[in-house]
Amino acid sequence: MSDFHLAQINTARLRAPLEDPSMIDFVEGLTLMNALADRSPGFVWRLADEGGDGTVAAPGDPSRIYTLSVWESPEHLRAYAYQSQHLEYLRRRRDWFHPHGSQAALVLWWLPAGQIPTLRQGISRLGRLQADGPTPEGFTFREMFPAPQLAPR
Amino acid sequence: MTTEDLTDLDALASLTDRVRRQAYTVVADGSGPVGRDEVAEALGVGRTLAAFHLDKLVAAGLLEVSYARRSGKTGPGAGRPAKLYRLAPAEHAVSVPPRAYRTAAELLAEAVEQAGAEETLYRVARRHGRRTPPGAEVTELLTGQGYAPVADGPERIELRNCPFHRLAEQFPPVICGMNLAMITGLLAGAGLDGEWAARMDAAPGRCCVSLSKK
Repeated sequence: MSDFHLAQINTARLRAPLEDPSMIDFVEGLTLMNALADRSPGFVWRLADEGGDGTVAAPGDPSRIYTLSVWESPEHLRAYAYQSQHLEYLRRRRDWFHPHGSQAALVLWWLPAGQIPTLRQGISRLGRLQADGPTPEGFTFREMFPAPQLAPR
Repeated sequence: MTTEDLTDLDALASLTDRVRRQAYTVVADGSGPVGRDEVAEALGVGRTLAAFHLDKLVAAGLLEVSYARRSGKTGPGAGRPAKLYRLAPAEHAVSVPPRAYRTAAELLAEAVEQAGAEETLYRVARRHGRRTPPGAEVTELLTGQGYAPVADGPERIELRNCPFHRLAEQFPPVICGMNLAMITGLLAGAGLDGEWAARMDAAPGRCCVSLSKK
């Protein structure tokens, strides 16, 4: 067991409200993909609303959505996100989301095992990545930073 | 040339020997790790010579070694675990004069992603695939494109190699989507789209697309 886990937040801006017919495949996929995440190896925790849904809207902007989760390692998150049925939903993301342009849409960071991040912390990490580029406090799959080493006891 | 290029050149130069190149091909075409006996048999050479070439390929960084008991037996009497060979994950390319097409591809992929131009890329990829001449058999078609297809029963084909591997790791939705569109186009161009359908079927260690009988 590692002393640190990997947290991730990602964000998207919806093309239409979730009730819109064009969003049906996305909305139906949410339940399936939440369930897949929950049973994936290395899954630790995800933010969920009262109904258990892991896609949470920004306070004050229903078109801005977030997912926030914690994994044992980058390999576990990668296996779920990119080496499972989830990839097909990612492939179709333009059907449902606006392009994010040069805005940071996903950020990863290390946190001590057992801790749980808040949405506010996640959003601030996105801002940090946007402002400073990848750092040990916020990075991406393409520019990873290793987990911190605890000082020897 | 850089030092890194020279290491790559060393790796590739180890394939100039004809028998060694065939040994590499036998391992590359295997559906899992391969032992020296299988390679010796496929090449029609002795086991010692096969092992010699396989170990040279390991030293060059093209293959890696694992050990496993092949008989399924365990405990005393099961024998020593066999030394097995499989492709190493490293990629080797040498270009003279220096060319950096991968850097260009990464920049283009990032631009497509930022602009949200995936649909255009998929359309281009589909059209590109469709230009393949008709008549090829499905395995032949996919082998020719570097996918290393392997049948999983009569109804399904898995692709063991991703020709865009490094790029696909960096930009999975963009590149895997492009790949699906291209394979769909290839099937149409070859006249096989009445018989086979390509779909996203991501899993670790192989191409994100698989084919199913219609």
